[in-house]
Amino acid sequence: MSVKEIFGNMDYGSAPESDVEARAWLATHKKKFDLFIGGKWVNPSGGANSKSFGSYNPADGKKLASVSMATKTDVAKAVKAAEAAGPAWRVLSGFERAKYLYALARLVQKHARVLAVLESLDNGKSIRETRDIDIPLVARHFYHHAGWASLRASELSDYEPLGVVGQIIPWNFPLLMMSWKIAPALAAGNTVVMKPAEQTPLTALYFAELCMQAGLPAGVVNIITGDGSTGAAIVAHKGISKIAFTGSTEVGKLIRKTTAGTGKEITLELGGKSPFIVFSDADLDSAVEGVVNAIWFNQGEVCCAGSRLLVSEAIADKFYKKLKRRMDKLRVGNPLDKTVDMGALVDKTQMERIKTMLANGLKEGGEVYQANIDLPETGCFMRPTLITNVDTACTLVREEIFGPVIVAMTFRTPDEAVQLANNTRYGLAASVWSENINTALDIASRVKAGVVWVNSTNQLDAAVGFGGMRESGYGREGGREGMLAYLRPKAANTKPLTALKPAKLKSGASETGIDRPIDKTAKNYVGGKQARPDGSSVMPVVSPDGKLQGEVGRGNRKDVRNAVEAATKAAKWSSSTAHLRAQIIYYIGENLDVRKDEFAARIKAMTGCTITKARREVELSIERLFFYAGFADKFDGAVHAPPVRDIAIAMNEPLGIVGIVAPQDAPLLGFVSLLAPVIAAGNRAVIIPSDIYPLAATDFYQVLETSDVPAGVVNIITGEHDVLTPTLAEHEEVAGLWYFGKAGGAAGVEAASISNLKQVWSHQEREINWANASIPTWGRRYMEKATQVKNIWVPYGA
Amino acid sequence: MSIVRNPGIPLDLKHVKGIQINRSALERRAATLGTRRSVKTDYQTAWLLKAITLIDLTTLAGDDTIGRVKRLCAKARNPVRRDVLEALGAADLDIKPGAVCVYNNFVGTAVQALEGSAVPVAAVSTGFPAGHTPLGTRLSEIRASVKAGATEIDIVIERHMALREDWRALYNMVARCREVCGAAHIKVILGTGELGTLTNVAKASMVSMMAGADFIKTSTGKESVNATLPVSLVMVRMIREYREMTGYKIGYKPAGGIGDAKTALVYMILMKEELGNEWLEPDLFRIGASSLLSDIERQLEHRATGRYAARHHQPLV
Repeated sequence: MSVKEIFGNMDYGSAPESDVEARAWLATHKKKFDLFIGGKWVNPSGGANSKSFGSYNPADGKKLASVSMATKTDVAKAVKAAEAAGPAWRVLSGFERAKYLYALARLVQKHARVLAVLESLDNGKSIRETRDIDIPLVARHFYHHAGWASLRASELSDYEPLGVVGQIIPWNFPLLMMSWKIAPALAAGNTVVMKPAEQTPLTALYFAELCMQAGLPAGVVNIITGDGSTGAAIVAHKGISKIAFTGSTEVGKLIRKTTAGTGKEITLELGGKSPFIVFSDADLDSAVEGVVNAIWFNQGEVCCAGSRLLVSEAIADKFYKKLKRRMDKLRVGNPLDKTVDMGALVDKTQMERIKTMLANGLKEGGEVYQANIDLPETGCFMRPTLITNVDTACTLVREEIFGPVIVAMTFRTPDEAVQLANNTRYGLAASVWSENINTALDIASRVKAGVVWVNSTNQLDAAVGFGGMRESGYGREGGREGMLAYLRPKAANTKPLTALKPAKLKSGASETGIDRPIDKTAKNYVGGKQARPDGSSVMPVVSPDGKLQGEVGRGNRKDVRNAVEAATKAAKWSSSTAHLRAQIIYYIGENLDVRKDEFAARIKAMTGCTITKARREVELSIERLFFYAGFADKFDGAVHAPPVRDIAIAMNEPLGIVGIVAPQDAPLLGFVSLLAPVIAAGNRAVIIPSDIYPLAATDFYQVLETSDVPAGVVNIITGEHDVLTPTLAEHEEVAGLWYFGKAGGAAGVEAASISNLKQVWSHQEREINWANASIPTWGRRYMEKATQVKNIWVPYGA
Repeated sequence: MSIVRNPGIPLDLKHVKGIQINRSALERRAATLGTRRSVKTDYQTAWLLKAITLIDLTTLAGDDTIGRVKRLCAKARNPVRRDVLEALGAADLDIKPGAVCVYNNFVGTAVQALEGSAVPVAAVSTGFPAGHTPLGTRLSEIRASVKAGATEIDIVIERHMALREDWRALYNMVARCREVCGAAHIKVILGTGELGTLTNVAKASMVSMMAGADFIKTSTGKESVNATLPVSLVMVRMIREYREMTGYKIGYKPAGGIGDAKTALVYMILMKEELGNEWLEPDLFRIGASSLLSDIERQLEHRATGRYAARHHQPLV
């Protein structure tokens, strides 16, 4: 086109970024890559028979390079290298580790241009995004965590690194996800086996060379390429202490299932269907721009994409009109063109999947609007798509699409907006648009999501934790909360736990030694009332010397159901003030103190311990209650410092309903040590006490009844651990499960938790001496496990 | 001009009070306008030539003289060196600035100097830059400017009206000026750097349009902060809003602070993205500047010769 013609039509033309440097780098490897193990390039183990696969440019379908398919043997080799590097790396001073992370940050910046181009070539995302968002955030992540390396010893002194960490990342933000995983792992003192996604391995391989340039000790970072089978081998490897995974909910659940009972820690950052809520008093034009950044950022291939648009009915028509007009201004095309908003979807498979899903979904109804713009004739390009006139039952509203498609619904009131927002199995992110601070903060606090952006969207920073609730996974990446995911408390007891068996009743030995003139059979405690067990069946409580101490209900599946139901109705507890919760827990302690002797006698009679030990158990129980009552209003959140004009509030929120299986031993202390932090943090508890010595817990009903504990906050079901635990672990309303029960049960709980991905914490089949104050049987860790961090980004500016 | 003039509408206070502006969101959008789009090669040439046609070539200084105004007008007649235009294949494009903008007392000089060039003369009137003279005086100033041949009148609003949110007073003042302008087009300068918030900028924009503005303009060039991208984004969104309400197209004029070609291109991108190509023509978009022209000339010379150009090779603005 001539200058004169352009002067007439005022088009943009194209402004392609050069890919010469990136392609030259591929050429230096002859477009063929080995595995990065032990600090050098290593041939895959299969020799001439080893498999490889291609990495393609989705914009033109051409192969960029071929990479190796790592096998089980290669994974083992990588783990071995990481294990070998571990001891020296973890004892390195924080400052020394910081220097390496700092060097990596600098190297990423120095190679920013080529990395941005390579990422764009491999993934199909626009050069604008790789250049302005991905790569700068990668550098930022390494800088931030260089700091954590320096600070770990002082700021996180009670913790130690985990060992070898297996990390599996997706194709949507290849290098960025890699930095989110590697930087905190190294800062904490772990070593890493990293597998990039098979669609987008190239920037990770480039990063391997940066590790060499940084002089990172061999084996600290190992990068192996492969597909799902490679990932599975990493997950299965016994030498790996933790799996950090970002990807689909489906694979996340598989990882939870595979690792159940292995003692591996896991953090999962999974799918989402995040709400984007627009109130009538929002700056609508800015909210429209927000939608663009929410769903047409990275082609919509974003786990936290705002993919469910919820608009106030009062302004919906106006808003849709504005949005459609804006959509027609988007430019989709060659990812390396600097005038493009949206590049190519990552591959044909994804494009076909999205298109099929869209076609099938629309059969259920919905009105489609697709941007009226030009698309390139070939390549994996798709129009930005808006679907209105859908409802909560539609597949397109419920399922993650993971593409440039947003579905829109309307709401009438703030309450309805929250209901719609939370009507999903996911809970990753949310975006709230209102110029009214009351509305914005109210909705932000009520929406179930790990990250909430007020009047903004897709804001990411290394200082602010990122991660989900519900089936969007658990664990946080970034900030202090992210560091904790790569550490564990120091010096845990390593003695294996053994199951206690109930003592056999000796005939004629029904004398209890306690003065109990009236027979008393304990019921369950549900919704603030003593409730007869559903099965109308009891089980005896027998002391080690064979004497019958009493009888308790033999709870069943339905009792657990009823208890959870009662807990559901006590939702107000979670939004009550911490001061109120503290007062009630203090009161429980006070009332327990009144009955100290009675409880001590009970413990002595049930367990056969000395009266001194029994008294000590009661005293410690009261102490724990005071401790967590004291903690209730001191487990503060934080205000993070991202490099934007924002108040980023990290709030510790209760999980919701937490199931607890209390230890068999320490019938009162174990019970109280777990119950107190759970309710102090604002959760409602369904607790299964010791199945051998349950009477301390059933005696506790009266303590609860006299302590103003609202109905449904604490629910107690007695019975056998093996019988009750599975129902609790599978229950979809239960958000967390603390299993400290009978030996041999932890693996089953982890496996049973996958349906709603509840957060499981267990004794890991290790013995815990609850009375031993020198071992962390109490403390901050309990509050951390009873909560999840919600990060609320609140930009400001008059 | 092919644009139907905005006759104004009755003041709709409910609408004005309902305007919501989120500064952070606006700044984020403004920050990516220049990173989401790029114009290179011949496109850059064409866009820069277009930019020249959008300039209100301005001199508004205390030391303005007849000689100074004449030189500015001479530059307006030949804004780009002939050899450069020829090398760019743009010799037969009519590249002239949108207008020459001067104080009231130099209107006659400018009109005379520009005779036959088709470049209109704009005059700042109404107690520029503070607007604190009696209304009667200001209205007389407009009349004098129009009489002297100015076809565009740049008025300043009384900022205190916006700061006190006395929108009716502002509406009446602008409407009065519009009336006195007659056939001359009226550009309403908001003095955005002195309005305190973007919300005030938005409301003042809307009220000015309701009162009959043909153009809304950011600044006098005399405030400590003049045109910025976020302010511009607010104003052009209000223009869009007003068009949706009434069907009338209002022009936009950022002034002050746009000193180089690159910045001018970002402003043009802003107009194209938020309002469309119609707002890349001088009847709906002007840039108040003078030194900008020299920088554009240098970029054009570079486009023509491949060599980076020197300032002193461009005839002085």
